[in-house]
Amino acid sequence: MSTAAEATTRKARPVRERSWPTYLALTLLAVFFLFPLVMMLASAFKQDAAILPDSNSLKAFIPNPFDGTNFQDAADRADMWILARNSAIISIVTVIAGLAVNSTFGYALARLPFKMSKPLLLGVIALTIIPFQAVAIPLLFLVSELGWRDTLYVQMLPFIASPLFTYLFYSFFLAIPTEIEEAARIDGCGPVRTFWQVVLPLAKPAFATVGILQFLQIWGEYLWPVLVTTDSSVRPLPVGIAVFYTQPPISWGDIMAYATLTVVPMIVVFILFQRWFIQSVARSGLKG
Amino acid sequence: MFSLPGLILLGLFLILPFVFAIYLSFTNQKLASPLPVRWVGFDNYHRVLTDGDFWRAFANNLLFAAVVVPVQTGLALWMAILVNKRIRAAKVFRAIFFLPVVVVMTVAAVIWFLLLDPNRGLVNGFLGAITFGAVEPGWLQSTLWAMPAIIIISIWQGAGFQMIILLAGLQDIPQELYEAASIDGATKRQQFFYVTLPQLRNTLIFVITITMILAFRLFDQVWALTRGGPLNSTDTVMVQLVDTGFERKQIAVASAIAVIFFVVVLSLTLIQRIFLKEERS
Repeated sequence: MSTAAEATTRKARPVRERSWPTYLALTLLAVFFLFPLVMMLASAFKQDAAILPDSNSLKAFIPNPFDGTNFQDAADRADMWILARNSAIISIVTVIAGLAVNSTFGYALARLPFKMSKPLLLGVIALTIIPFQAVAIPLLFLVSELGWRDTLYVQMLPFIASPLFTYLFYSFFLAIPTEIEEAARIDGCGPVRTFWQVVLPLAKPAFATVGILQFLQIWGEYLWPVLVTTDSSVRPLPVGIAVFYTQPPISWGDIMAYATLTVVPMIVVFILFQRWFIQSVARSGLKG
Repeated sequence: MFSLPGLILLGLFLILPFVFAIYLSFTNQKLASPLPVRWVGFDNYHRVLTDGDFWRAFANNLLFAAVVVPVQTGLALWMAILVNKRIRAAKVFRAIFFLPVVVVMTVAAVIWFLLLDPNRGLVNGFLGAITFGAVEPGWLQSTLWAMPAIIIISIWQGAGFQMIILLAGLQDIPQELYEAASIDGATKRQQFFYVTLPQLRNTLIFVITITMILAFRLFDQVWALTRGGPLNSTDTVMVQLVDTGFERKQIAVASAIAVIFFVVVLSLTLIQRIFLKEERS
């Protein structure tokens, strides 16, 4: 009896913190992280002439007078729909190809015993250290010699295979119990069928993780498209925004409409798949 | 067979250009130039390492790292602790803090460009209102305030990412440790210093190293906002590299910068390994 009573009293009075300081801190932080995005949205839907007069007061957050023409303007000036299409093609193809290439490579390193797999694994880990920026200029020279500039595929090819994502897949596959695959092998499955029918269904979280991280990386890529493209028929969205700076008149309504349309697809995807985003980032930290 | 596509692509687009960069850095190769290519030994390295602009850029990277690493990691840790509390709406706040991570850096740059406008921007409007006009920095137009502006934008965009990694680390700490500590009479503060921090050690080392490496890669927001100006006050090694290799077409010199940059990043990574090794043994 006495132990039960003790247990309930201990449960009944946990070290209760006052919660208002926590909420105050959370709210202030939320304001810091949200206000630029709210300003962007409000300005995108505001008459162009009203943006600068309002921009240093709270009026910056109110889309008044309301106006939807910025989106049309932005689309016309920057070939926005073409750029959006380019961004979508580049990101989707790269992520799908990347998932195929990096998952199979990771699986090979984790499971298929061949002579070179140990040094190969060390090699992959070593390659994660080379930042893309360090190879961007010689790569630019190579693709220029090949005449690959101003194409969509030159923006995909360098980002498909990634030592980091291969390593993430490798560590995921290593954690799957081998019994399942052995059972499949005894049932007469070859390595390709085992991978396709047995391992893939188990590895959905790993695919979601790497897919999201790679999509974030490609969708925002800026340096490489700046280097290899000059023509808006192949440029992705992040590069197109420069048009509004460099060609007068500078219209903030157009800029914010363009910014909104670049960002909103990602925000919608993020809100829909929030759990996956959070998990994928958390898992990328497990490397340490 | 499974590893072949990966091997070929990594070979073509990472290993080959990297080896090529090392080779180029010892030549006088230029982009789109008819001059014959010559072996020039360490000339490019000598040129880069005696160039005041390069050291200015390097110092800016160090300054950026020296501020961003502690401030952003500290902020991210604080945010992670806040959203890890058992309170309502914790998940909503977690999502809000993470939101800027999905915002493309160039877009973040234009939004902040308007916010930080010295005369018409919301930030100075706010600062002016609370200080009665005493504090209204010139931000991106000022040699003194351009780097702080870049720092603020970077933290705004990156803190959510680190928060999630640290949050995962926090959730791995066994609850019993806190219970034991509070039975021993440890205050919240003591629990933070004697339970949370030591338990988070590896996660923190990881986050700090990643932030340091990203600090040396600083490029997108600078290229979009200031191109290194005004008067080199936001110049970085990566901006120098692109400026030299692309704008001035001296890819041999740019390759030398790339190799130097690689050595710096490699050393940072090795330092991380050493710290992690100590922990394991």
